[in-house]
Amino acid sequence: MRDFAYVRADSVEAAHNAAALPGAMLLAGGTTLVDLAKCGVAEPSTVIDISHIEGLSAIDVTADYALIGALAKMSHVADDRQVKSLFPAVSEALWQAASAQLRNMATIGGNLMQRTRCPYFRDPTNFPACNKRAPGSGCSAIGGVTRGHAVLGTSEACIATYPGDLAVALVAFDAEVDLGERKLKVEDFFLSPGATAEREHDIRPGEVIRAIEIPGSAAARRSTYIKVRDRQSYEFAAASAAVGLELEGDGRTVRDIRVALGGVATKPWRARAVEDALKGKPLSEDTVRKASELAMAGAVDHGANHYKISLAPRVIARAILKLGETA
Amino acid sequence: MTVHDLKHAASDSARLEAVGGRLSRVDGPAKITGAAKYAFEQQLDGLTHAVLVGATIAAGKVTAIDTRAAETAPGVLAVLTPDTIMELRGASDWFGNPPALSTYCPLAREVTFSGQHVAAVVAETFEQAVAATALVKVWYDETPAIVDLSDGKAGDGIAIDAMTKEWGDAQAAFAEAPVRICAAYNTPREFQAAMEPHGLIARWEGDELTIWEPSQWLDGMARTYAEWFGVPFENVRLVSPYIGGGFGSKALALAHSAVAAAAAKMLGRPVKLVLNRPQNFTSYGGRAATRQTVAIGADKTGRIQSIVHRGVNETAVDGMWVEPLGSVTSIMYATPNFSSKQNVVRVNTVVPGAKRAPGENPSAFGIECAIDELAHELGIDPLEMRLINYAEQDPHAKKAWSTRQLREAFAAGAEAFGWAKRSPQPRSMRDGRQLIGWGVAAGTYPVRRAHGEAVVKIMADGSVVVESSSIDMGQGTYTILAQTAAETLGVPVEQVSVKLGDSHFARAGVTGGSRLAGVMTGAVYKAAGQALDELIGLALSDPRSPFQALQANTLSVKDGRIASPRGEGPELSIAEFMAAVGRDQIEAKGDTMPANSTPEQRYKNYTTIAMALPHTEGDWSRYSWCAHFVEVKVDEDFGTVRVSRVVSALDSGRLYNPKLAESQWKGGIIMGIGQALLEEGIVDRRHGRIVNGNFADYMLPTNADIPDIQTISVGIPDPHSSALGGKGVGELAIVGIAPAIANAVFHATGKRVRDLPITLEKLI
Repeated sequence: MRDFAYVRADSVEAAHNAAALPGAMLLAGGTTLVDLAKCGVAEPSTVIDISHIEGLSAIDVTADYALIGALAKMSHVADDRQVKSLFPAVSEALWQAASAQLRNMATIGGNLMQRTRCPYFRDPTNFPACNKRAPGSGCSAIGGVTRGHAVLGTSEACIATYPGDLAVALVAFDAEVDLGERKLKVEDFFLSPGATAEREHDIRPGEVIRAIEIPGSAAARRSTYIKVRDRQSYEFAAASAAVGLELEGDGRTVRDIRVALGGVATKPWRARAVEDALKGKPLSEDTVRKASELAMAGAVDHGANHYKISLAPRVIARAILKLGETA
Repeated sequence: MTVHDLKHAASDSARLEAVGGRLSRVDGPAKITGAAKYAFEQQLDGLTHAVLVGATIAAGKVTAIDTRAAETAPGVLAVLTPDTIMELRGASDWFGNPPALSTYCPLAREVTFSGQHVAAVVAETFEQAVAATALVKVWYDETPAIVDLSDGKAGDGIAIDAMTKEWGDAQAAFAEAPVRICAAYNTPREFQAAMEPHGLIARWEGDELTIWEPSQWLDGMARTYAEWFGVPFENVRLVSPYIGGGFGSKALALAHSAVAAAAAKMLGRPVKLVLNRPQNFTSYGGRAATRQTVAIGADKTGRIQSIVHRGVNETAVDGMWVEPLGSVTSIMYATPNFSSKQNVVRVNTVVPGAKRAPGENPSAFGIECAIDELAHELGIDPLEMRLINYAEQDPHAKKAWSTRQLREAFAAGAEAFGWAKRSPQPRSMRDGRQLIGWGVAAGTYPVRRAHGEAVVKIMADGSVVVESSSIDMGQGTYTILAQTAAETLGVPVEQVSVKLGDSHFARAGVTGGSRLAGVMTGAVYKAAGQALDELIGLALSDPRSPFQALQANTLSVKDGRIASPRGEGPELSIAEFMAAVGRDQIEAKGDTMPANSTPEQRYKNYTTIAMALPHTEGDWSRYSWCAHFVEVKVDEDFGTVRVSRVVSALDSGRLYNPKLAESQWKGGIIMGIGQALLEEGIVDRRHGRIVNGNFADYMLPTNADIPDIQTISVGIPDPHSSALGGKGVGELAIVGIAPAIANAVFHATGKRVRDLPITLEKLI
């Protein structure tokens, strides 16, 4: 914890200008930034408080889209009647995330910027080597305690799991993040570590998340988010799945399906192989279970996280079958 | 600060105030409104802040510490290292054994565990101190660490002969038994995880030291401070009116306590030092990791012929902790042949410590799972198995139980749970993809007894003040002592105020081992009785007393009013009487020590545990007992276990306040659910460091993990266990929960998980 300058931005433009300064970080709900500052990971020279900017917390939902302001609180979005009805997976992902207290503080934009829970990343004093914090310093997690680490999208530089829930649902439904001058697919906004583990998001200095936009769809309307963990509440996913399903008029053939995974990958992970295997096919437990296995193609474990390779397809299958049963 | 408003608490019914009434916690309103002031909330002039620097290696030497940058950082008053902190004297241990070394340095030159304190920064503000710790540079000469019990370098450890319990020829009888099971059971390193962290505020005024520190044992800790600093015991005052959870961890003055008190002495200013959450996982010991093997030989009717038990627990390189693993094994079931032995293994950890039911808790996990395995092997219902082998007397001490309502507990619990409807085969009960399992296990905890002391004052306004340096960490001491004084004196409970948690009050021993309620109700009962005798004596004999003319032998006091037993003559409130005789107060100090005790014996009684009374003293073996019935739902795809129902029947003897006893039992059951399914200190094997030392990653159960819990009291007053007939409450209920859950998981899945916690990957 060290001294920093505090700037309160009253407009997106002011935030944009201030955020371009080296060492500047945005403060919204503070649930990630304050936490990381306390454990010595975040050391901003300037904190730009954007929580008072007006007009960034609206939640606007129609059958065609959901437009959610960056400063909307997680709890508000989770409880929004239209979100629940038209994008149930989004609501379910949110209310299963964090704790009630955190959801009341944390914002949607901040949620997208949430950092990994890798214990090595979070403890610079005892584990100086971390490519996310100090590029080129190495990875302390590889060879260490890896029960929570990723099996998909890893590299030799980093195996840290993307911890969030909301973005998993966003990726499943092709949501976009509005950065002002450009819009990106949420799927592309998150970066795999590769050789540059320090870059987790495609965001440039000065860019401020304004909103996320989720296209409406039949699959989004019939969707769910299943999160599996040892503790019933307030734990990151051992594996999770956001699934949306649209059936043909026969009530059993898949017209459209969306599948994304959380808790097992270095970023919110779209499982297109599973979708492709099921599109046009009639749903059956056997078909669904076989197709779900395809999500783990290329998975690499580090010992203690091996179970995720068996677990994740079961979570996908459960979600698909649950949606199929409600036909 | 410790006077509580009883009006709300006592509103339910008139009988609440008597011993045995369901009076709500009298300290509740103060805690809920924030009026209760905890140790770290003291506002002192000139307060400074200390923050510790922990070792980043698990074994080796500190070769150099560069403090220059930290010393010149803003607000920094001092940077303390092993070379610059004042030298302290060695202090005796909690048994009263003299120290091995005459001096003591709470900052380490030789590092024996990761996180061990090697330096401290004291600054004007907390933030300045934190910032400066990052500037302290420490160099080490690192040596290989032994990270845990499974480390190849750990070896077999040290045999603790005092733990050996043997009768008959256990090995031979096991070898000859027609039915045998043998299995290994492991429990991980667990932490007390109290919400309130450890820490203190220390202030010196000349040679007098005041410490505000959450404490389960004010007199014991005051003795340690006095010995460290070479000042008289009376010069040290510990203040701890409220404690935000202890669970066994807050009974001793520890290295960080010494650092803060030394810094305050060196700077001549009060110092506040509060451990951050990760430091709460490395600055004092949780429950030691354990390994047990249990072998049971039985005949074909299920009658046990032999139990052979071997246990190991981890301890520290520079400290000894024995977690008595044979404690339940040796008494739960009748067996003609028995052998239990235990080793301890030194690993690079902070010395383990007491966590709720040390010994009995992991011991029960071994024997109560093993008996379930034997029942399955024989095709006998696990409850029936326990009744077949019911111990009619203490199999180890060969003495009669003082009271043992375990058979009643099994019966009451089974009835309430519906155990008779259990389908015996594993995997035979389900709800969709949820496999349902029912498990049973028993628990026990010895009745630990000691002597206590209390002061009871009857004031001029008729109110009553009870004073004791014992503590209330949530278990209800304030409440039950108010009830005891109210009943004994015959005054409304609203008129009683209880003051605890100040070492200048009447002395008290450790609050641990579930002994405090029995000890302190006995002491208050005695002191209040003496005060009542004095009040009545005064009323009968004082020339100014309106009762003197009655020529009566005695008087009665009821609802705070004094009258003759038959009602003739005057009736006065205590306040009116005190005014009549011109007294400000009547004060009585009562203790339960033998009358001829010397001052040295009294000092030793309250500042060490050496004088605790054995639970098998005399003709009786004294234990509390319980039976837990648990339902779990296991997701067959995900391996996740959820406890969906708990029914526990418990024998804690007479309950001084059933509402508070039930609350403690439920707390123990909840902690047991955490132990069974979630809790584990995870060590990085390369660095010997706990990597989940925070409340997001060290998993404790949330409300969502806890089902409805039904507790049933089956106890009867036990006159051999305490003055008022109660036995232990606080630790009992955690004992047996983990095996009941593990047994239920086996019943649900057919898979026997013998390593806690039962996390999902062990079941998929």
